[in-house]
Amino acid sequence: MAVTIAKEKWTSKVGEMVLGADSSVKVGGESTLPFLHFEGEMPNKTVLALEVWDLDPTDWPEILRKPFADVLADPVAWAKKCVEYGADAVALRFMSAHPDFKDASPEDCAVTAKAVAEAVNVPLILIGCGVEEKDAEVLEKAGEALAGKNCLIGCATEKNYKTITATAMVNGHSVIASSPLDINLAKQLNILMTEMNLPTNRIAIDPLVGALGYGIEYAYSIMERARMGALTGDKMLAMPVICFVGQEAWKAKEAKSTSEEAPEWGAQERRAILWEVLTTTTFAQAGGSIFILRHPETVKQVKVHVNKMMESNAY
Amino acid sequence: MGLTGLEIFKQLPKTNCKDCGQPTCLAFAMQLASGKAGLDQCPHVSDAAKEALDSASAPPVALVKIGKGEKELQLGNETVLFRHDKRFEHPTGIAIAVNDNDSEIAFKVGEINKLVFDRVGQIHNVNLVAVVNASGDAAKFAEAAKTVQENTPFPLVLISEDAAAMGAALEVAGANAPLICGANAANLDAMVELAKKYDAPLVIKGAGLDELAALVEKAGYKKVILDSGAREVNKVLADQTQIRRQALKKFRSFGYPTITFADNPDPIQVIVDAGVYIAKYAGIVVLNTADPADILPLITLRLNIYTDPQKPIAVESKLYEIANPGPDDPVFVTTNFSLTYFNVQGDVEAGRFPAYILPVDTDGISVLTGWAAGKFTPEKITEMLNTSGITDKVSHRKVIIPGGVAVLSGKLQELSGWEVLVGPRDSAGIPSFYKQRWGK
Ligand code: B12
Ligand code: SF4
Repeated sequence: MAVTIAKEKWTSKVGEMVLGADSSVKVGGESTLPFLHFEGEMPNKTVLALEVWDLDPTDWPEILRKPFADVLADPVAWAKKCVEYGADAVALRFMSAHPDFKDASPEDCAVTAKAVAEAVNVPLILIGCGVEEKDAEVLEKAGEALAGKNCLIGCATEKNYKTITATAMVNGHSVIASSPLDINLAKQLNILMTEMNLPTNRIAIDPLVGALGYGIEYAYSIMERARMGALTGDKMLAMPVICFVGQEAWKAKEAKSTSEEAPEWGAQERRAILWEVLTTTTFAQAGGSIFILRHPETVKQVKVHVNKMMESNAY
Repeated sequence: MGLTGLEIFKQLPKTNCKDCGQPTCLAFAMQLASGKAGLDQCPHVSDAAKEALDSASAPPVALVKIGKGEKELQLGNETVLFRHDKRFEHPTGIAIAVNDNDSEIAFKVGEINKLVFDRVGQIHNVNLVAVVNASGDAAKFAEAAKTVQENTPFPLVLISEDAAAMGAALEVAGANAPLICGANAANLDAMVELAKKYDAPLVIKGAGLDELAALVEKAGYKKVILDSGAREVNKVLADQTQIRRQALKKFRSFGYPTITFADNPDPIQVIVDAGVYIAKYAGIVVLNTADPADILPLITLRLNIYTDPQKPIAVESKLYEIANPGPDDPVFVTTNFSLTYFNVQGDVEAGRFPAYILPVDTDGISVLTGWAAGKFTPEKITEMLNTSGITDKVSHRKVIIPGGVAVLSGKLQELSGWEVLVGPRDSAGIPSFYKQRWGK
């Protein structure tokens, strides 16, 4: 009995974003739900970035510090190490700018950004410290210092998007637009940013994901709905989705508890890495396409998985 | 996927005799369509019409049960492709496999039984033990089925394509409705016969979707679990998606739950593959590992994906103590939405300091949602402070509220008499808030 394969006729697709000084990395462009090659195109692989901080992340769990043990105090060396570990991009986080840490100046951050950019040949993702006003100032300077390098900068929120969008437009960067787990808020921010004439393919949607066990299902469904919006012609949802998985996964008790603290959960290293890996691969199934990760083993494992998923499953 | 009133009406006697309690057959049809009446309330409907209506109103994915008693596993009754459209009904059954030629079967089963986790206040475990006829020997297979059955409360999956071996195993385990796994093109008749004899569910495996559909039709059996034969994750995703789509379109041969096998030789990739199957419609996923580090992430993923999007999971609204707090330690107020509560708990724990957490009962909704809905109010927080027992635990009278509801502080201070400290908007800021503000 021949089964008639059920294919959806999507009318539109996700915009394609180009990153990197040499425009070598592309992301987005899908005309189907994730990995359904029998139905449409998925021209680009997911982009896996490793996080680099501009100060020593002393509260990271030992398992996470180990692979970077000798470089944690040196963002340039750390970034190089990320590339060695196979990261497609480096996500430089200006944690030093946070008032709780060093309250570093935007100018200092720009110097670090420049040094890192000169040391690696993969695209840079520049991330603020999470304090909205400060992030606008920091990204303005860092974005200027890296003009023409085609970075992805953020996170822009409804409070600070104006400065960040303007910086991106003047210096040729793309912007991460963050809104909390709500499809309408995401659209609204995208509308505001495109009204400033930022092209839609220079925005990545950050739905502020939670980790496995900590709200993954909300982000999962919002991403599925956003992808369907994109495929059915909603231009304000037709952007690649970026997921800050590393910061969330490594906050989970299941990742942080040692084997001694939680013997009934098995060995910490295996469980912690699986936490980050499964959060990532699950979001990849929902439509996430840029992932900010922390452990090199996660990059390695997700890459193997994505390569497999990119093989055709056409009937 | 119900029928419209008019479609039902066509099958009714159209005599308007009122025996169903409705004034007309059409009115009755409307009641049926909206689920307010049952077909059996009309005594005059013909058997042919009954069958037509039953099959048309049957859920797109049939309900199939495995095992008997307390640990019986129900699968199917699914109605959507995306969880946001309604919800996924029956969580993927997790089966852990043991080989019949393993020398430590009882020990292994003991390890599987221990895979029980407490999460968001609920107990979660694996669901099935699969016995694999790796030896190829019928007697050995039967012996292993017996050992497993004696050592676990979970229903069994009997995995062998040899009908003689299956027959032998069913002689010892058949009374408990194990999953027979299973039938294929070569052994279909014999396996269907065994399934009928023991009234047990049966896996039918096809080499691809076309053969699978043909075999299901040929089998004519109704307690079926589908296996498209695919084993590579990219292909399994395609087949799982097709089977669910076809079922929703009422292609009857695919109107059953599915089984998937995570047998990737790489120890991490196999878990990743299983995660894809859980997210993408698998009725059952069979794994070879009983390592809790592997199973905890999968069980957590299953819980998340199968959470009803309309009915959030809540924690009990009571006083929670983190790291043995004393009379001088801080008191955090939040809501009893499990996600909110566990965020706060996780962040307090991340700060590695002792504290009390008071989740106010907001019917399981988040801080801002609760505030907007009038369920997270100064009155309710005051009541929680007064009745939770916190007044006896701490010697101070300072309460920390989420930054997102800073507007509550004046009224709360006035009603409760407690000094109100406005915390950060995101609970992730709690550790640094504690460092800077507490005890100073
Ligand atoms: C999912 C959702 C829903 C779901 C409910 C899910 C649930 N179980 O809560 C549904 C669809 C049912 C819903 C309904 C409504 N919602 Co609603 N919803 C959301 C959404 C998208 C996410 C909420 C969520 O789960 N957040 C995650 C949890 C973990 O966040 P949280 O509880 O706030 O906890 C964080 C912080 O507050 C803080 N924190 C928590 N506790 C504590 C404690 C201390 C001491 C500290 C320091 C910090 C802290 O840390 C946590 C982690 O960051 C938000 C938008 C948003 N992202 O906020 C809107 C949102 C909360 N909803 C909103 C509204 C208005 C409503 C409705 C009234 C109407 C509507 N628009 O639909 C109804 C009311 C429901 C009812 N009558 O019962 C508004 C509230 C506006 C406002 N600021 O007052 C929001 C902000 C959306 C918006 N911008 O319009 N909603
Ligand atoms: S009992 Fe049956 S035949 Fe009589 S009115 Fe009701 S639906 Fe019609």
